[in-house]
Amino acid sequence: MRTILPALALALASAAPGLAQSYAVTNGRVVTNTEQGVIADGTVLVRDGNIVAVGAEVSIPDGTDIIDANGGWITPGLFAPFTQIGLTEVALEGSTTDSGANDSPYSVALDVSDGFNPGGTHIAATRMRGVTRAAIYPTTGHNIFAGQGALVETGGEGDSLFQSNSFVFADLSQSGASTAGGSRPAAWAFLEAAFNDARGYPGRFSADHEGDALNRYDAQALLPVVRGRVPLVLNIDRAADLRRAIRFQADNAPVQIIIEGGAEAWMVADELAAAGIPVLLDPLRNLPASFDEVAATLDGAQRLHAAGVTVAYTTQTSDGYYNARLIAQHAGNAVANGVAWDQAFRSITLTPAEIYGVGERYGALATGYAGDVVVWDGDPLEVMSSPVAVLIDGELTAMDSRQSRLRDRYINITDETPFAYRR
Amino acid sequence: MTFKAWMPTLAATAALGLAACSSGTESDGTEAASSQSDIVRHSLDPYPSTYSPRPSGVTLIQGGTIFDGLGGEIEGGDVLIENGRIVAVGTGLEAPEGATVVDATGRYVTPGVVDIHSHLGAYPSPGVSAHSDGNEATQPVTSEVWVEHSVWPQDPGFEAALAGGVTTLHVLPGSANLFGGRGVTLRNVSARTVQEMKFPEAPYTLKMACGENPSRVYGNRGQSPATDMGNMAGYRTAWIRASEYRDSWQEYWDAAEAGDDASAPTRDLELETLMGVLDGEILIQMHCYRADQMAQIIDLSQEFGYQVTTFHHAVEAYKIPDLLAENGTCAAVWADWGGFKMEAYDAIRENLAMTHANGACAMIHSDSDMGIQRLNQEVAKALGDGRRAGLDISDGEAWRWLSSNPAEALGIADQTGSLQAGLRADVVLWSGNPYSTYTRADLVWIDGALSFDRRDEDDQPVRDFMLGQPGEGDQ
Repeated sequence: MRTILPALALALASAAPGLAQSYAVTNGRVVTNTEQGVIADGTVLVRDGNIVAVGAEVSIPDGTDIIDANGGWITPGLFAPFTQIGLTEVALEGSTTDSGANDSPYSVALDVSDGFNPGGTHIAATRMRGVTRAAIYPTTGHNIFAGQGALVETGGEGDSLFQSNSFVFADLSQSGASTAGGSRPAAWAFLEAAFNDARGYPGRFSADHEGDALNRYDAQALLPVVRGRVPLVLNIDRAADLRRAIRFQADNAPVQIIIEGGAEAWMVADELAAAGIPVLLDPLRNLPASFDEVAATLDGAQRLHAAGVTVAYTTQTSDGYYNARLIAQHAGNAVANGVAWDQAFRSITLTPAEIYGVGERYGALATGYAGDVVVWDGDPLEVMSSPVAVLIDGELTAMDSRQSRLRDRYINITDETPFAYRR
Repeated sequence: MTFKAWMPTLAATAALGLAACSSGTESDGTEAASSQSDIVRHSLDPYPSTYSPRPSGVTLIQGGTIFDGLGGEIEGGDVLIENGRIVAVGTGLEAPEGATVVDATGRYVTPGVVDIHSHLGAYPSPGVSAHSDGNEATQPVTSEVWVEHSVWPQDPGFEAALAGGVTTLHVLPGSANLFGGRGVTLRNVSARTVQEMKFPEAPYTLKMACGENPSRVYGNRGQSPATDMGNMAGYRTAWIRASEYRDSWQEYWDAAEAGDDASAPTRDLELETLMGVLDGEILIQMHCYRADQMAQIIDLSQEFGYQVTTFHHAVEAYKIPDLLAENGTCAAVWADWGGFKMEAYDAIRENLAMTHANGACAMIHSDSDMGIQRLNQEVAKALGDGRRAGLDISDGEAWRWLSSNPAEALGIADQTGSLQAGLRADVVLWSGNPYSTYTRADLVWIDGALSFDRRDEDDQPVRDFMLGQPGEGDQ
């Protein structure tokens, strides 16, 4: 048995990449997200990629490496529920982005899995802030359907993509109305027509006949959504549009809708709760940034939780691909505005995993869950706290990034060594 | 007769109309005083501040942890406010008769936050097309525009920023142009006109921009600047014209004051602003990301004899703190935005702390109607990351990044930005340590007047736009 100080995690991770081991993460405040609640001083035992024990009294087998949390916090990895991490390296350089395709003839069928780059430099920077899993989404192109979203982990290795075709994303907000031809009626008409095309697949497409809204390939891709096997994520903010979406779900059973945006969702909270529609919400949105979100408020998250709506937090206002790492700050601000800590933390871990149907595997510290464990030097929702070690699938990950390398190169400005020789 | 921007300021009030009408004509020369009053001098302040503080009484904020904005910390400290000014800061202060005493036990007291980079009012909420008033992107040199003429005082973003403890903000034009126009420093007060918000006697500023934005905007139109070298040529050409313009006015004034027959040069609004920079009256606030670009701009400023007050965004300031310190130029930065374009690719979270610790003047800025609501958290992140990198920076020292350093860079540090006797009583009482995510501003005073109270809706401003809307009154 040996003790690994968090500072040594980097060396160890680079010395033995990809080697599954046994770790006991110990001596910390354990947030389980299960009925075990918070364990004031506990241990999480990880073996062969999975969590095998969690508790205050866990016996640690011989040969287990110890990760000493040193009185800090031990939590599940964070799950960013709606981001474009790995799809863009530099947003304003089109050659580095694979988030959307305005000029493609396809829409629903476009699969972000084919564009995800686990080697993007933002992946490590995001992981170093405790985010271990994310749902990535495509950007809308020539119609209201952006395409297929996927689920990824942030280990930065070749196998980071762990689920494809996880949801279909479509824009039914004012921008979707614009894309559809200029009005909300146009957007909903397109959605209804697209559903009919999918229902009619493949018969309707025989003899070179195209659909009313979709081509054959896109209609085929929408079929799992129409059948309720893959959720449909709709970008909607305005209360009136949310009511329309609730009606759409009722009229199109068994389709499963998830709302992304939701600035005015608190105004229809009871209806959303009754319809079982979850909301992906940035709890920081409080300005009337458009006429779709005049009722946006910092109290929105708390009001939705109180009504029993399932809510996961996004970083929508901090941008799409670069600052998913700020998700803990966004959750902390939900707490500052009335949400219980446990509820807010769940909204960036277990709740998003549940929304995407993987809550039995990710988002909690319990036997049988993936070994995604983060050790923090303090309360993870405090802006001054930071992870000191991050395990993904039971493996220690490197705690450095291109950014930390730049920091180290320039921190001693008076060093005589020319900067380019400092590595 | 219309009296507007061409009115000479140095003339006596009664003579204004005459002087304006007679500009460029021969004076009668009957006496020196009359001759002096005929010399054409354009007003430097034709849209003056009409701000007046709200009435306030005597307030003693008692027993809080004070960050004074200059690096100092006082445990169990008091701040005494009278007549809108800070009277005393210390411990064990006596409450004068009739004073409102605020118990700050367990809470924190700081100077009001100063945001040196905002577009509130110019790009207000809602962000509809009619509200896109921040970039006069019609030609690369538009130093003739003044952003105060775009500011809509009914932007609900102002009150959201107030709830975040922002008492002073500096609104800038956007960065599409090499010379974007004049900035304006505002008190964060609710008002019907922008003049009522203008910070009295704050110096004017001029927004300039480096790099990708101007070259992208104009390059895409097939005109100059299309490159970084085109940007530099554009600045230099403008400064040459400004220098000549300034010389022509100086020659005119010298001749006129000597009693010689002289005609005033034709007034040029674009060059007049640049002349103000060369005269040291207008402060340069320049959008620049990369270290090498900032070095070029420092050389540019030396070529034409002006000072760059602050580089804004400055994501690579950490690479050149020595150069910034040597030139006396500040860096106004984000905590962790970056990456969105190539010149922001080397953004690091330790930029603010490293630039500061390595000797340059540094500060936080928002450039965002969201970020401005939580600048204390932005500093907290930068401070935490700096400490983890081994930099020894105290809580009190870091508050300089939120108030006194931006006040200094705006030329108003003798008015606000720190808790010192004699300064404007711009004070925030925080519910706890302001570097905690869970802390919020409880009370905000501007010039000693309670302007925001989190617990009392009567002391929470609501802009006209929000009246009758479903979100009215919600934070």
